[in-house]
Amino acid sequence: MANLRDIRRRIKSVKNTAQITRAMQLVAAAKMKKAQDQAIAGRDYANQLNEVLVNLKANFEEETHTLLQARQGKRELMLVVSTDKGLCGALNTNLFKKVRSESGDETHYVTVGKKLRTILSKLGKEMIADFEVKDPVPFAEARPISRFLTKQFLDGHYDKISIAFNNFVTVMNQEPTIIQLLPLSSETVGEAQEFEGVGFSVVPGAVDPSKDYKFEPSPMEVLDALLPLYINFQVYQTLVESRASEHSARMVAMKAATDNAKKFIKELTLEYNKARQAAITSELLEITTKEPSFRSSALLSMPTSHKPATSLPFSMRWKFVTAPTAWKPLSFWKCNNTSAMAGCALLRCLRPMA
Amino acid sequence: MPLHLEIVTPEKKVFSDTVANVYLPGADGELGILPAHGALVTALAPGELRYEKDGVVTALAIGNGFAEVTLEKVNILTDMALGDDQIDAAAAEEAIQRAEKQLLSIDHAAEIEEVAHLRLQIAKSLAQLKIKRRHH
Repeated sequence: MANLRDIRRRIKSVKNTAQITRAMQLVAAAKMKKAQDQAIAGRDYANQLNEVLVNLKANFEEETHTLLQARQGKRELMLVVSTDKGLCGALNTNLFKKVRSESGDETHYVTVGKKLRTILSKLGKEMIADFEVKDPVPFAEARPISRFLTKQFLDGHYDKISIAFNNFVTVMNQEPTIIQLLPLSSETVGEAQEFEGVGFSVVPGAVDPSKDYKFEPSPMEVLDALLPLYINFQVYQTLVESRASEHSARMVAMKAATDNAKKFIKELTLEYNKARQAAITSELLEITTKEPSFRSSALLSMPTSHKPATSLPFSMRWKFVTAPTAWKPLSFWKCNNTSAMAGCALLRCLRPMA
Repeated sequence: MPLHLEIVTPEKKVFSDTVANVYLPGADGELGILPAHGALVTALAPGELRYEKDGVVTALAIGNGFAEVTLEKVNILTDMALGDDQIDAAAAEEAIQRAEKQLLSIDHAAEIEEVAHLRLQIAKSLAQLKIKRRHH
């Protein structure tokens, strides 16, 4: 049987843990709400951006822009968006599995988030840059990342640039997703986005493309200015999606942890009570079994004047001290009402014998 | 015929209402849009956007972006849209000074993009100051 004090100590430590996980759960829930709102707020912009692109598409020759041209080479650069902190379930592990299964050995990486950066660098992968993103994600922080990626592509270091991130589907479900950022495929630009989460759910063709739009200064110049915005926005959106995923995953993980801890506390308390009850029972048993020796040696040798009926508790204590077994009299006095009452009942039985 | 104006930034929808007219800072100069304007897509330069609603003219400082104009609506897509009360003149001036200092310190030939970005920052801050100064 486990030691009473050990169990009490464990209960206390589990309670502390539960308190921490509960606090983390609440914090994550609040942050998740913010991240979701942010992703939803981006939707208007995405819709507008898409409308303009749909209109543009009718006006320019495909494959005319460098950012739209598919290349033959296989050199790939992947932006991996993971989390900075742990305790968010299998989020990063799932993303890592996806990254490993979808990218070749020659793929180079750019990372956001410490978790996968550590794993990838341990594996000896080629890492060319790392970015840190605040929480909540400011739009301005997507710019250096998208600019860096675009530059790598335009300088010809890489032929394809993709982003691996956790797509926020629901609070319970985050899906590791890999999208191609560059070259922008002319099929997907201005089409429905593949993000199914709160971010994008863009319905293309909201504007009648047959409308005869005039472009100022010129379609090409508008395209030139618009594509970087589009790339920037995609990077931003993946960052926001990842954040929303992170917070919801953490919230769910912490909720599970809190529930587990509560269950554990319940079990431990039960075990503690059982152990305590068993200890009391054995104490009482020993009292009854030691009764004959108690009567023959100690009590009988006492002067009669020291034996009033009300002095039994005192004499019990006195007996504990003199008893040969390892008794802890104090624990007897500390026991709760029920056992004290049981003890009194037993003592009352003993009285006539004494 | 009503003219519906919508201004959105990546972070939120700033404005969505019916207005009498809109003046936009286009890449090639200011454009005045009245209801029933022809379909147009234009790049925007950082500057001042004005719209009139119920006889009141409101000005916003906007960043670069796009405007899509159709017969009955104007959609503005920009990275900044600040009203008079949201502009911090001191912060804008500081941003200009910081950007100008940076402009002096970097290699203009090698970092074309960075230079363009800094110039854009300056233009955006100037647009803010312009709005602020007009109204005080």
